[in-house]
Order: sequence, then C-alpha cells, then structure tokens
Amino acid sequence: MEQNFDMNTVDAVLLEYGNEQKNLITVLQSVQAQYRYLPKEILEYIADKMGISLAKIYSVATFYENFSLEAKGKYVIKICDGTACHVRKSIPILEKVRDVLGVSSEKPTTSDMMFTVETVSCLGACGLAPVMTVNDKVYPSMTPEKAVELLERVRKGEEDI
Amino acid sequence: MGYMYVDGMKVEIEGEKNILEVIRKAGIEMPTFCYYSELSTYGACRMCVVENERGGIDAACSTVPRDGMSIKTNTPTLQKHRKMILELLLSTHCRDCTTCSKNGSCRLQELALRFGVKQVRFKNNRPEKEKDTSSKSIVRDPNKCILCGDCVRVCQEKQGLGIIDFAFRGSKLQVMPAFDMKLADTNCVNCGQCAAVCPTGAIIVKDETEKMWNYLADPNKKVVVQIAPAVRVALGDEFGMEHGENVLGKTVKALKMMGVDCVFDTVLAADLTVMEESREFVERVKNGGPFPMFTSCCPAWIKFAETKHPELINKNISSCKSPMQMFGSVIKKWHEDSDDQRELVSVAIMPCTAKKYEVSRPEFTENGKRIIELSLTTQELATMIREAGIQFADLETEYLDSPFDMGGSGAGVIFGVTGGVAEAVIRQCSDDQSSGIVKEIKFVGVRGKEEIKEATIQAMGREFKICVVHGLSNAEKIIKATENGELYYDLIEVMACPEGCIGGAGQPFAISPQRDKRAKSLYHTDDRIQIKFSGKNPSINYIYDEIVKDKAHDMLHVNYEK
Repeated sequence: MEQNFDMNTVDAVLLEYGNEQKNLITVLQSVQAQYRYLPKEILEYIADKMGISLAKIYSVATFYENFSLEAKGKYVIKICDGTACHVRKSIPILEKVRDVLGVSSEKPTTSDMMFTVETVSCLGACGLAPVMTVNDKVYPSMTPEKAVELLERVRKGEEDI
Repeated sequence: MGYMYVDGMKVEIEGEKNILEVIRKAGIEMPTFCYYSELSTYGACRMCVVENERGGIDAACSTVPRDGMSIKTNTPTLQKHRKMILELLLSTHCRDCTTCSKNGSCRLQELALRFGVKQVRFKNNRPEKEKDTSSKSIVRDPNKCILCGDCVRVCQEKQGLGIIDFAFRGSKLQVMPAFDMKLADTNCVNCGQCAAVCPTGAIIVKDETEKMWNYLADPNKKVVVQIAPAVRVALGDEFGMEHGENVLGKTVKALKMMGVDCVFDTVLAADLTVMEESREFVERVKNGGPFPMFTSCCPAWIKFAETKHPELINKNISSCKSPMQMFGSVIKKWHEDSDDQRELVSVAIMPCTAKKYEVSRPEFTENGKRIIELSLTTQELATMIREAGIQFADLETEYLDSPFDMGGSGAGVIFGVTGGVAEAVIRQCSDDQSSGIVKEIKFVGVRGKEEIKEATIQAMGREFKICVVHGLSNAEKIIKATENGELYYDLIEVMACPEGCIGGAGQPFAISPQRDKRAKSLYHTDDRIQIKFSGKNPSINYIYDEIVKDKAHDMLHVNYEK
C-alpha cells in the first residue's frame, strides 16, 4: 500500500510545537490525529527533523498503547473492558462485534478499512457501563444486539459521527 | 567528602558518583549487568542492590554516597534477591551455553555460577525470535537478550546513532532496531561497541575463524597476514599476560605455527598512510583547501559520514585508503610481481569489527575478488590460538617476513591510539625533523584520552589548528560546530571507538584503567623505535620505488561511491 504523505503538514506540526526532543509525544499525537495512525515515512521524516533516532521514536510509539503503527479503519470502535464494564458483560459485546465484522485482536481492522475494533481498559464512564465509543462518540449501556444495530447505522451513514 | 561504612568497613568518599564505585573501591566486587562507568546509569538489572540502615533496599549504582552512610552488601535478603533476579533472567534466556559463542565470557553464566543458581522453576513462554545475521560484522540473537540496555546506551551516547532501542513494553519489551529492521538495513556503522558491552551472547561479533582455517589448510593458497598496531597491546589480555604488554613477536610466532605463509605489520602501511595523507594535507595548504581535512582510517567513521554527512565524502575527508587497504593493494601487487604461483589470500588481524564490513565494500573489490579477503578480530585470533593448543604466553618471539621485515616507524605504531594519526602527520609535516621536535609534539595536546582534544602547531610558516576526537557523537558535535562556523580546524582526526583502535570492539573487552595501559604501551613502543618519522622508514622508499612506482593514486587512494 504505497501512499504519498504531504510532509508540509508535518512541517506545520513541527513548527507549531517546536522540534525539541521533549515535544515528540505531542507531535506524534498530532500526526496520529490526522492519519489515525503513525505512518513509517512520517516517523522517518520526524526523526530527521527532530534529531531523534528512529529507534527511539519507534520505542515511544510502541510503548504507548494509544499510538498505532498500523493504518486504522474509518471508524475506530473502542469497547471498554474496564472492571465496571467487564462485570456488566462487555466481553459478549466485543465478541459479537468482532464476529459480525470478521476481525480479531491480531487483525483489528476490516479489509475494507471501514472499522477498527479495539478494547480499552477504562473510558472513565463507569456509570454508563458497558460503554463503547465510535470515533470518540460515546454509546452507553450497550448490549450485543444494540452494538450490531449501531454498526448497521454507521455503515449506512445514518449515524451522526 | 567524608566517609561511609561498607559492611562495617570505613571507606573514604572521594567524589564517587554512586555508592557502587565506593563499594568496588573497598574491594568488594558487586555484580552488575547494566552498569558501565563510562555510560549513563540505568539501574535496570538490580543486581547491585544493597541494604541501608533501615533495612531498605537500594540499587548501589543509582544511590549517591552520603557522609556517615552505612550499607550492607551481602545479607540473606540481598542474596535471595540476586538469586531470584538471575533465576528470572535465566527463565526467558536460551540456555544452550555449550554452543554459545559467549561460553566462558558470558556475565549471566558467570553470575549464575557465582550465586549458585541450581534450578530454574519458571517456564520460558517467550516466543522464539529469529537471529539477525544480515550485518557483515555483528550477529544479533534476541533470544539471549536480558534487556540491560547497555547496547542501547553505548550506541546513543558514544556513537550518537541510536540504531537499536527498546521497543514495546512490559513482558513484551525487546531491544531492536526501529520497525525490527535488519541491522544491515539500518545506518549501523559496524563499530561493534554494542557487542563489546553486551554481557551475554545477544549481540556478538561475526565469527569467521572457520574460513581462515580452511585457507590455512589449502596448499594452493598463500596466506599473508597483516597485524594492526592496536592488536599487539591487547592480545596478551586473553592469555593472562600483563595488560598492555606488546606481544607482536609472539603473535608472529603463533601465526607461523598455525601455517600462515607471511606475516607483515600494518604499522608499515600506517607509515604509507602518513606519507600520502601529509602530502594531501600540504597540497590542500597550497591550494587553499578544502579544510578541515578529516582522517580516513576508521571505517565506522567513513560509514557514519556517508549516511549523516555525505557532503564530506570525497571532499573534506582525506582520499587516503585505510592503512589496512593500502597494505592490501601493496601486498597484492607484490605477489603479482613475484613468481609465486599460489593464489594469494590476504588476511588482516584488526582490533575492529567495522573492518569486516570495509573489506566487503565494492571500492575494495577488484573483478569480484576482495583485495583483503578476510578481516579477523583480535578476539578471533585468540580463539584460533587456543583452538590450536598454542601456549601463547610461553612462546618465543619471531620476526616479521621479508621484504617488509623492518616493520614500521614509531609514528605508525601510535596509529592504534586516539591522537596517533594526527601526531604522525604533524611529525611528517613539521619543518624540523629532529628528535627534539618529536618530544615537543608530544605535548601540543594530541595525546591523552579526553574525548575531544585541540592542538595548535607551527609548520610551513603558519599556524595550524588540529582537533582529535573519539566517539562518533563527539565527531558530530565538531562537524556541526565547524559547519556553522563556530570552530575552525585544519585537520580533524576521527576514531569511532573509545580511545581509538585500542578500544576497538574486536579487542578483548577493557575499560579504563586497563585500556589506558594499551595506549601507554604503544607510546612506549614508539619511544623505543629509532625511526620516529614515517618518511625516514627505509621500507617506505622500497615500497614506492619497487612496488607502487607511478600507481600511487590508484593503489593508495579511494573515491567512495555515493
């Protein structure tokens, strides 16, 4: 999957935050906000511009769960599996969603690059458990059935995300 | 600074940066995996734990000494801790010790023995990872990694490269290049310092001794060996001899016993390099540049410049081949001119792992055949000597072979230590060629183990500024400063390894003060050799008149491919 990246946008990010080493995480977050993952080509560019070794950037990018080195789908679905959601049966929701979309923990993104399914350890909305989010929009008190209906609406573009 | 108590012994604190140094000064050998005095403190392995007055446990490497402090280094709690750490490390470590190339020199093996780890109760559930054999110099076996991070820090702090780093986290933590690339696909300069500091067999220098044995066993091959300056003051370490002892004579003898046909001294080629490099320098002075001129002996430095500063290649960096390659060309021509029908196999014994890469470079290959067939490290030679059952320490000395039996000058010998190349070139360029000037040059500031040194000399009716650096991160600093005009130098000597070639990764591992003894020994050898100027070495005239003739440019210089 060859893709050309516009390094001008990366330059803009570097200009905004400054290319001192301490700003690496902020820069990576900005890049990820734009591409929904960290493309290798951009990391190489950043390494050169910020004077940080590529291995160090890779080290930071793999350390934090929040950074992804794989391209993600158009809709990123996060299913909370924190303690509160877990006891209110988040796992059956996860299993159902994965089953419907044909993804797994090893291959979290659908082949058509529409959906990525992830778990999170807590979304901080335990009162709404079990919770899932689609591109950061929160859906409370989910069940496997409600999740499947939601996926259908998202796929048809009926959901305002 | 005051005193502290180590197991009840009163020990003076003399500015040590941590209590580990104080404890070692008191004569107690604290076990460590991740601590090197020359690198930053990491505090990961927890082997150096001590018990403080309140029964708390501190890592000695990352605790600052305080006046009146009292610590214990060997209590049942600490013993239990250390044993547990070792057991856990061993549980995820490949335990094929007998077939590991670090067998006998592995710190994990040594400490497991020392602390009597008798069983490992935990199962290894880490998936087996593939070995990386892509590099010409280094083999990385992630299954033997104990995550001490020594390689990560030496690569970042000393060489400024950061080729390898930690990746992932928790139980998935690993040391690897970015994106788990093969080392050969990275900008690794093959300096091998990561292998030198690795306490286990996770990063090792490529072993090519088997090739050498095969060459030696073949009667149709004429095996010619050259020995680098730094090798002679380090090889003895492997055979229990005094640190820094010059064992050139014994090395020649051992090589002859193993069946080598001719043994020559790379010091002679260093003289040749001095001749060519000083000629180039004088020419630049006449033509007004380009300055600074960088030395070109160190293959790791060349690779570093190619990737990070391509603007210097074939321009500021001297066009001289390394002494090893110069000698390679001379030996090749000498063999072709002789009536010896055997096939020539040119081998170099080097303190260096990057030379393994250098010999494979296309610039040093003719019609698909390498000019130097094989570059072996000091350690590989030691392995071969042991394998052959030679009692090295008891050997008689033997002389080098003709026609290069005169060896090199004192100026060539000091190529093995940081500042040596610069000093030799200064001697050659100096208007005065008396023994008095040699003493004077000694004190201009090119000697000593400081990482960045400066000297100013008078020659050819003007003043020249010289800089000597070791460690590529220091080279980077100097390049930046010269490129943006903060500093000006006429000549810059760069060596990648600590203290120059004597601290090469192919050498038996040594840090100061053992490593300093190697430098001292090389300077001592220089003192004892009557010929102090490369230009006054009669063998040099012989090489120019009888072998090189009008081919100096082709045989002794190189244009690096971009």
